[in-house]
Amino acid sequence: MSLAAGRLDPLSWLGLPILQCLLATLLFSLPIRVFGWGLPEPVFCMAPAFAWAVIRPSILAPFGVLFMGLFLDLFWGGPMGLWALSLLVAYGAVLGARSMMVGQSRPMMWIWFAVACAVAELVAFLITQLTARATPNLLAVLWQFLATILLYPFAHRLIDRFDDADVRFR
Amino acid sequence: MSLRDNPFGEIRVPLVWTAGVALIVAVVVAAALLLGDRRETFRNEAYGVTREVSDAVSAPVTGVVSAPLHWLGSLSSAVGNYFFAVSENRRLRQQLEAAAALEQEVLSLRDLNERYSDLLGLQTNPPIPMVSARVVADARGPFANTRLANAGRERNVRIGNPVMSEHGLVGRVVGVTRGASRVLMLTDIASRTPVMVDRTNARAILTGDGGPNPKLDYLRGQDPVKEGDRIVTSGDGGLMPRGLPVGVAVRGVDGAWRVVLSADSEAVDFVRILLFEDFSQLVDQEELNAPSEPPANNALPAVGVTSPPPPSPSAAAPEARAPAQKAPATRAPAPKAPAARPPAQKAPAQPTPAPAAEPPPPALEPVF
Repeated sequence: MSLAAGRLDPLSWLGLPILQCLLATLLFSLPIRVFGWGLPEPVFCMAPAFAWAVIRPSILAPFGVLFMGLFLDLFWGGPMGLWALSLLVAYGAVLGARSMMVGQSRPMMWIWFAVACAVAELVAFLITQLTARATPNLLAVLWQFLATILLYPFAHRLIDRFDDADVRFR
Repeated sequence: MSLRDNPFGEIRVPLVWTAGVALIVAVVVAAALLLGDRRETFRNEAYGVTREVSDAVSAPVTGVVSAPLHWLGSLSSAVGNYFFAVSENRRLRQQLEAAAALEQEVLSLRDLNERYSDLLGLQTNPPIPMVSARVVADARGPFANTRLANAGRERNVRIGNPVMSEHGLVGRVVGVTRGASRVLMLTDIASRTPVMVDRTNARAILTGDGGPNPKLDYLRGQDPVKEGDRIVTSGDGGLMPRGLPVGVAVRGVDGAWRVVLSADSEAVDFVRILLFEDFSQLVDQEELNAPSEPPANNALPAVGVTSPPPPSPSAAAPEARAPAQKAPATRAPAPKAPAARPPAQKAPAQPTPAPAAEPPPPALEPVF
């Protein structure tokens, strides 16, 4: 094991982002209105799910994504497994395409993040269509997608911090 | 550093594989949970212990976090009230003048209504008890629209209870635990509510789709609804009381009739949970779903046009039917049977009108 890999301790690159995402989700779920408008509901967990897949393949990361997805399902009261599966599919897609993404510029990575968000929203859309036998409102899906892609700076910060931590996957 | 120069290149492949296996395991777990989810049935047992525990933990946490925001909201409204007191006073005076004009009309109509009710012997619905609760968490995404209210089982809240804000219907309870209840909003994609147009009494099903304005599905009749019509609950199916205000009909951009919800006019922070017992709560589900035991042949009632009539009312005496009444599946209809028999005995079209002269049939077989 390299010395650099030692910096990737699970608590700092997995545990802390999970905790931050859960807190942010909790804060944005408060029933408040600003100038008559409710708060948006972005999927904060997309940021670490994307960053973990870009940083390096990991055995713990998929279970971290699963945990965050199940938390969203329980906390938002949706079908159990909906966000867990959607986030995992997006995570898997990014993991499969990470060789194309690594080392690209920030705007390009932002576009990749938007693609990953679109994959997650599409999977959630299709699952909801199957389970509820109804089509979700496309405008509402679009709003959530737009609110989520604005979170890329958080994912970029995580990538910047841990990208060079493990040279085996560069 | 290229892969060829990387001294750890040999370890890389097994690590990628194990990461892939971990991903597959996680996906399988998520898919299994999704397939096993029975949230859409909206039953106590389907809500599950996990959700109950999660709600029981979330409600106090979000309650504490949201408390300062509520105080802040109260403070800002107090400041607003102070600065806009004059315009508010003017508006309230106008409202009072309009209300005074309506008061006499309401009183005379109430009197007339009471007289009609007495004449017709109408039984008006009893007042529904309700519980006030504070909304502590709010999910408003396209795939789940729910709220968490801080009143639960300890205050007799039950699954299926309608939930209202001061402006109109918000949704209904789909999960209850101690100290918290999960409210499915009318806008949730799984929400279906029987409603009617107040002006025409046309029935429809209010169908949520994750957006702010749910659709009016299954509208019947010619022009049953027009822009601005008031939509209220129809009470069909016994799930909700009739006449709860829901919203106003509008034509959506997609051409479908939609409803601007009355409850959306302000933030839903406090709600009233109506302790209304719907049909599904009143009936004994176990008894309703119990497989009916086939009754004994000699206890079958003779129902049919060509069947011979029973010899005399004494033949259908309670002691002859006693075994049939003991069967659990026939308990409810049994008392009604004697009332249905006399017309059949008096039927003049029977070919054998002298039952006393003939011996009674050995066994009453059903004729289909």
